[in-house]
Amino acid sequence: MNRSTKLAGTLLAAALLAAGCTGSGGTSKGADAKAPTDPGKVSGGITVLTHRTDLVQDGTMKKYAAEFNRTYPDVDVEFDALTDYEGEVKIRMNTENYGDVLMIPAVVRKSDYPRFFASLGTRAERARKYHFTDFTEVGGKVYGQSPMGAVPGFVYNKRIWKEAGITEWPTTPAEFLDALRAIRSGTDAIPYYTNFKDMWPLTSWTYVNGSVGCDTGATTALAEGDPWAEGADLRVGDTLLYDIVRDGLAEKDPTTTNWEASKPKLAKGDIATMWLGSWAVTQFRAAAEQAGADPADVGFMPFPAQPGGTFCATMSPDYNQAVNVHSDHKDAARAWIDWFTEKSGYAADNLTLSPVKGAPLPEVLEPYEDAGVKFIELDDAQGAAVKEIDNQSEVGIYKPDYRQDLVDLARGARKGGLDDFLGDLGGRWTEARKSAGS
Amino acid sequence: MAHPTGRAARPQEAAPTAPPRAPRGPRLRRGATPWLFLAAPLLLLIVFTYAPVANMVAYSFTDWDGVSPELNYTGAGNYAELLTRPALFEVFFVSGYYLAASVLQIALALYFATVLSFNVRFRNFFKGVLFFPYLINGVAIGFVFLHFFQDGGTLDSVLRLLGVHTDRPWLGTPVSANVSLAGVSVWRYLGLNFVLFLGAIQSVPGELYEAAELDGANRRQQFRHIIAPGIRPVLSLSVILSVSGSLSAFEVPFIMTGGATGTETFVIQTVKLAFQFNKTGLASASAVVLLLIILAVTWVQRRLVPDDRVDLV
Repeated sequence: MNRSTKLAGTLLAAALLAAGCTGSGGTSKGADAKAPTDPGKVSGGITVLTHRTDLVQDGTMKKYAAEFNRTYPDVDVEFDALTDYEGEVKIRMNTENYGDVLMIPAVVRKSDYPRFFASLGTRAERARKYHFTDFTEVGGKVYGQSPMGAVPGFVYNKRIWKEAGITEWPTTPAEFLDALRAIRSGTDAIPYYTNFKDMWPLTSWTYVNGSVGCDTGATTALAEGDPWAEGADLRVGDTLLYDIVRDGLAEKDPTTTNWEASKPKLAKGDIATMWLGSWAVTQFRAAAEQAGADPADVGFMPFPAQPGGTFCATMSPDYNQAVNVHSDHKDAARAWIDWFTEKSGYAADNLTLSPVKGAPLPEVLEPYEDAGVKFIELDDAQGAAVKEIDNQSEVGIYKPDYRQDLVDLARGARKGGLDDFLGDLGGRWTEARKSAGS
Repeated sequence: MAHPTGRAARPQEAAPTAPPRAPRGPRLRRGATPWLFLAAPLLLLIVFTYAPVANMVAYSFTDWDGVSPELNYTGAGNYAELLTRPALFEVFFVSGYYLAASVLQIALALYFATVLSFNVRFRNFFKGVLFFPYLINGVAIGFVFLHFFQDGGTLDSVLRLLGVHTDRPWLGTPVSANVSLAGVSVWRYLGLNFVLFLGAIQSVPGELYEAAELDGANRRQQFRHIIAPGIRPVLSLSVILSVSGSLSAFEVPFIMTGGATGTETFVIQTVKLAFQFNKTGLASASAVVLLLIILAVTWVQRRLVPDDRVDLV
């Protein structure tokens, strides 16, 4: 007995010693990654961390790198594709070794950006040329740049909608519900698919924020008010989702849905509609080709609301690319980000919006232009505050949980009414807002 | 807390007979040998178990968000928050399903172990069939059963073959989902219980059965008077494992439902606190609390059912 006590004591001491090494260093702060002036003089090897495992596997990223090397011959670009991007990068960011270029993980607090990333320049200077600069701005400096932008909307099967007799985009949530009902009675398709099991597709419903009221200050409104107040954007969106499920317009068993399988189903017309984003269209078209369906059947439409007589689409960035503040080749890393943002054609290849101001719309969104849909960019000055409130309140507007509860509520697997449910969310949000504000 | 099997397995305290004194060099080496053998497992144990646990305890006193280099010491703040939010403990009701399931699981395992310890045809085959699920990775099991419970999936098809048309979403309501998930967990862990029981039953000396048979004891009497007392330590171990397993159920519900539809367990909730809401400090505290709860339950159980030595011979 005696010996084992001693042993346990030693083990505990060793463990506590290890615990002492908790936390991380990384005090270097405020470095700049300046754009190189002479491409010929930039050299060194850089590692790019990316979540696009598909593009690394099929060699597309290599092609971009080869193209990049035509301008910057002495820079050697390596890709490190991570399947669980958020999870793995979060852990690696406890060290100094997290690549030279990386996508800023959502978990990093905005105020910590200067500790982790080198600045790409001032907001005033960058905003002249690029979209989405304020999403990574801290103290006047910008720390990241998204290589593409997307607008939220419904991916839908044009053929099915036409078969059900709907040719115009619905302009109110009520009209939208009527359209889904027409699809239910007039076709064999499932009118709406929630992707409940895979969870993250449900989070896209948060991006109705801004589209409903066509207000560039929608994010600020979240930070300063109750997102589920009467008439607020999130309430309108969540109510629509609730009504869709309650009226039986969604799939029969949401608990066993399958995202990968849902893509060919929509392409073939087994599913009529899904709320996602413009980024998804290219995936559905690819699925259509594989399934032998017509890619042109995959359409995209805005949220059914017309404040001021027009539809509204909010442009939002994808992951923002940034330079590791500990990188030894910041100029090369910066060169990659600039080139990838402007010249790679990445945004166009993915049928998404270019982050460069004044660039033409992708072909997917041409119907938007014809319909006079207004594109707006939300002011993200309060974006960090919203995230803070979201985590503090454990509501999770960027997480799937509460929408899963909402769907459960709508299909009767959870007790209670919609008003109480949204009221409770609003209450928790407001409380967290007050404690975060103090 | 001595491991129940550990105690039973240890040989009777062999009186240390002093070996003849060897010269200094070899003696030292001989002293070091067990430690050399132990070095690898101990190192692994420290690096992958004790150090992270100590780290977790340290985090539980901070407000760390999991990535920021800044973390502040908050004292017992996280624990105070945990204990003042009763909603965080409501998820333990879900553990009730798993606890009920583990009663069934132990009963089934005991039944199969007893039956297969006698001479049955295809004995080894059935042993393999029962133990196999335990060897499969929990994530794979999650995916397999997702298809199993799908609308029109395996379960529905099999039922239809039997002429039953249920047409119900198995994971659709909280009760149905929890029962389904607990069922998966029975399927998965039955094999482990079974093997533990089988081992214990087979460690009962064979003469006892022979003697009992000569005395005219039937199978039931053999079970009642030889097997049941013989496996008591293992039974008690199984109960402890089931209780702690029910309280900390994670893999299967996390993969299959992600905690939706009222299937959230305490560990899922902790993971969500840590990795969704970036409250690593609070999540560490709730992990520590779970550890304490399991220790307490085990302690109470050992007090109620003391593990007294059984002497069959």
